[in-house]
Amino acid sequence: MSAFTKEQKDYQKLVKQKRPKPPMLKNIIAAFAVGGTICAIGQVILNFFVSRGMTPEQAGAPTSIIMIFLGALLTGLGVYDKIGKFAGAGSVVPITGFANSIVSPAMEFKREGYVFGVAAKMFVIAGPVLVYGINSATIIGLIYYLIKL
Amino acid sequence: MSIKKLGSQTIRFENPPSIIGTASIVGPKEGQGQFKDYYDLILSDNIYAESSWEKAEKKILKEAIEIAIKNADLTTPKIDYLIAGDLLNQIISAGFAARELEIPFLGIYGACSTLAEGVTLGSIIVDGGFAENLVAAVSSHFCTAERQFRFPLELGNQRSPTSQWTVTGAGAMVLSSKQQNPRVTLATTGKVIDMGESDSNNMGAAMAPAAIDTIIRHFQDTGKTPDDYDLIVTGDLGSLGKEITEELLKQKGYNISNKYADCGVLIYYPEQDVHAGGSGCACSAVVTCGYIFKEMLKGQYNKVLLIATGALLSTTSSQQGETIPCIAHAISLENL
Repeated sequence: MSAFTKEQKDYQKLVKQKRPKPPMLKNIIAAFAVGGTICAIGQVILNFFVSRGMTPEQAGAPTSIIMIFLGALLTGLGVYDKIGKFAGAGSVVPITGFANSIVSPAMEFKREGYVFGVAAKMFVIAGPVLVYGINSATIIGLIYYLIKL
Repeated sequence: MSIKKLGSQTIRFENPPSIIGTASIVGPKEGQGQFKDYYDLILSDNIYAESSWEKAEKKILKEAIEIAIKNADLTTPKIDYLIAGDLLNQIISAGFAARELEIPFLGIYGACSTLAEGVTLGSIIVDGGFAENLVAAVSSHFCTAERQFRFPLELGNQRSPTSQWTVTGAGAMVLSSKQQNPRVTLATTGKVIDMGESDSNNMGAAMAPAAIDTIIRHFQDTGKTPDDYDLIVTGDLGSLGKEITEELLKQKGYNISNKYADCGVLIYYPEQDVHAGGSGCACSAVVTCGYIFKEMLKGQYNKVLLIATGALLSTTSSQQGETIPCIAHAISLENL
């Protein structure tokens, strides 16, 4: 339907007015605390690799790998959805959330088989992030390259 | 001219069909709600010893139908029709349950209003003399609905405060030409109403106008007033939809507040963390087949108006930006 009638508009106004608001302050604090904790854990792991002689640039890759592993493990153990329910964006944005967004559909659709279930559905949530993330990274990289010429 | 029709959308059954047996099966979360003593079976887990959620849903639907037939002191060959539906694509729970039951099967889809639709059609068949006994049944399952309509269970996300929790359960009702209470006396078939709500996490607000339309139509067609009922109960509008329905009906001159309830609000305790309440085909079905039916047998309620509501959307229509068309069917259950 394209144009709404007055009756529909009035109704939508009423719904908007009555709709309960999400507990914004609580959500922000929870996101800050949990997101911060996840990043602090990442920092501890990174510092560990640096203390063993890696440069911070070199330590980035193994740190990411460990954080992705932890996110996947907690998803498999059925814990990450509970963290996410509490923390919202605090546990969605870090790389552990990215792992959760790939592992959770892979688990969910295992019953449809390894090809049409796990493999095909694995990227239903993360797919758009990858497509637009990789595209924008390529474009920005190209612009950066041209500016430097 | 139709002799059984009242007004524009209501029918009065000449030989009101009897509800001679019901069954309700629910999942563990529903089994913690206030109606726990009214259900025939409460599952200890959602998978019910099956290898997928879909198989578990089919199993509870089949068992609810079998228990209802047993509770009605009948056997499967005595059932002339099975009218059933659910929320899954191509109503597989109903079709697969029917595969094992060997009862002539009519599959229907009315989203969460399916039970009232089934009871309406079933009552027409019984009143018309086309069947002696038949079963109307529905099911829904939180885990099958989540994966079809929303996200994987293990995804760490937050639910909207207006979102509702799909009831895991199945309800079945045996309608018969026998003369016993409670009866299905009236049925008002709703029109599809769309007030432009497009948020699929706010079904209560989307469906409320359909419920309001059907309730007003029911009163206008039959000449009844809210005072003619002991209980007026909507299917799954949830807390927000219920509030809107009550308020807008009052504005239109129908004050139902002192006898109005919503199955979606009743089925869980507020502290069960279900946001706006329950939803799904099983929501109104298990409350009606469990609590309402059993309280009608006791005489606690004698005249009940059930208005089951359904949102006729799909994930495709939502992704294409369509608003949500909704329906509500009313049935009167009475002890005569």
